[in-house]
Amino acid sequence: MVNIISRGFRGRRQNPETARRLPPGQYLTERFPVLSAGPTPHTPLAAWDFSIVAPDGHSRQWNWEGFQALPRETITTDIHCVTRWSKLDTVWEGVSLDTLLDGFVEDGQFIMAFCDGGYTTNLPLADVLGGKAWISDTYDGQPLDPEHGGPARLLVPHLYFWKSAKWVRGLRLMRQDEPGFWENYGYHMYGDPWREQRYRGN
Amino acid sequence: MAGTALPGQLKWWTGEVTEIVRETPTATSLILKVPDWLGHRAGQHVDVRLTAEDGYQAVRSYSIASAPDDEQLMLTIERLDDGEVSPYLVDDVLPGNPLEFLGPIGGYFAWDAEMVGPLLLIAGGSGVVPLRAMARPRALTNSGVPTRFLYSARTADALIYRAELDALAQSDERFELTYTLTRAQPPGWTGYARRVDAEMLREVAWPPEDDPAIYLCGPTTFVEVVAGQLVALGHNPARIRIERFGPTGV
Repeated sequence: MVNIISRGFRGRRQNPETARRLPPGQYLTERFPVLSAGPTPHTPLAAWDFSIVAPDGHSRQWNWEGFQALPRETITTDIHCVTRWSKLDTVWEGVSLDTLLDGFVEDGQFIMAFCDGGYTTNLPLADVLGGKAWISDTYDGQPLDPEHGGPARLLVPHLYFWKSAKWVRGLRLMRQDEPGFWENYGYHMYGDPWREQRYRGN
Repeated sequence: MAGTALPGQLKWWTGEVTEIVRETPTATSLILKVPDWLGHRAGQHVDVRLTAEDGYQAVRSYSIASAPDDEQLMLTIERLDDGEVSPYLVDDVLPGNPLEFLGPIGGYFAWDAEMVGPLLLIAGGSGVVPLRAMARPRALTNSGVPTRFLYSARTADALIYRAELDALAQSDERFELTYTLTRAQPPGWTGYARRVDAEMLREVAWPPEDDPAIYLCGPTTFVEVVAGQLVALGHNPARIRIERFGPTGV
């Protein structure tokens, strides 16, 4: 479509190196905006656990101590929110979903992440295996703030950040794709920022 | 839930700015004529896109301030000094200018007259904008939903839509309006003069037993504190819908 010129608008240009890392329609922020639909849950670590649930109902579970004992990785990555901010070189620590899903990957093609507060989001299993997704409890060397999803959130940085569910408590494996919370409200089922898949039909 | 998803008309629109209203020293309303606009729900937002002469574009989200029944679409923009888009919209846009936007967006932070009440609206600063769409007189008249509106701002000058909200409270006994000014108060001020706290919510908000539908909008730190207090007072977290803007204090 032909864009209408906004007379006199110049904008804030990024240097080419930074601009190359911004998906279409995104802007750079140095800060860390918060987007959530409801109140921030505050789950005590003693009451926290994390579950993997197969379609037939069999499951595995870790409590906080057990989760802490799993092998950890440090992830440095750019993140992209559907509300159009991107933040570069964020540093996280967490447990790879390859570790958590080991032995369960034959059981489904999709996952539904479920969370304290009732939030859900759906992802293809292939998008969370192969070193592409983590359960993260540490941001910038510090325990993850509740506003940003602590005690632990999903981290899937190659998709829009609503897929990186805050306050995550487990993953349900599914044989067929189903919409999660925002996907039910018209957001894209997959959410690739480089293809600008913000809303259903994009 | 799927029935309340984004309506099918989500797409890029071009509106014409027909009127500009200086609401406060930092907030300005743009009233837009949008041919063929198919309407929105109170609480939804749009993504406004500016295009420079060389094709560079910048896009930001702004809440819709007008009610679904209003004839023209209105956006109210708070000028952020370090912003890329808001200074242009507040300072440089003129009547007659075209404005491109994507919308309407959002289906969760939205209110319809037929939703179960009573209604509790809590605004911090320019978080009042989408709540104004919910509080507009015709929407209330149509619904009859008893509404309590708590609006926190730093100073009286910073209150957006004050005359309109005051008139609404005067004319509609089902609409109860409470202000709190956190930084400075004019002489003779009889409203609250502190940040929203649990005691204020106990006095102003519907009791949890009334199970109000709660819409809370404001800066992140504001909504974090207020939502926490509402939950502590016994309100059902699932009834609290939040729209926030800005970062955490990092």
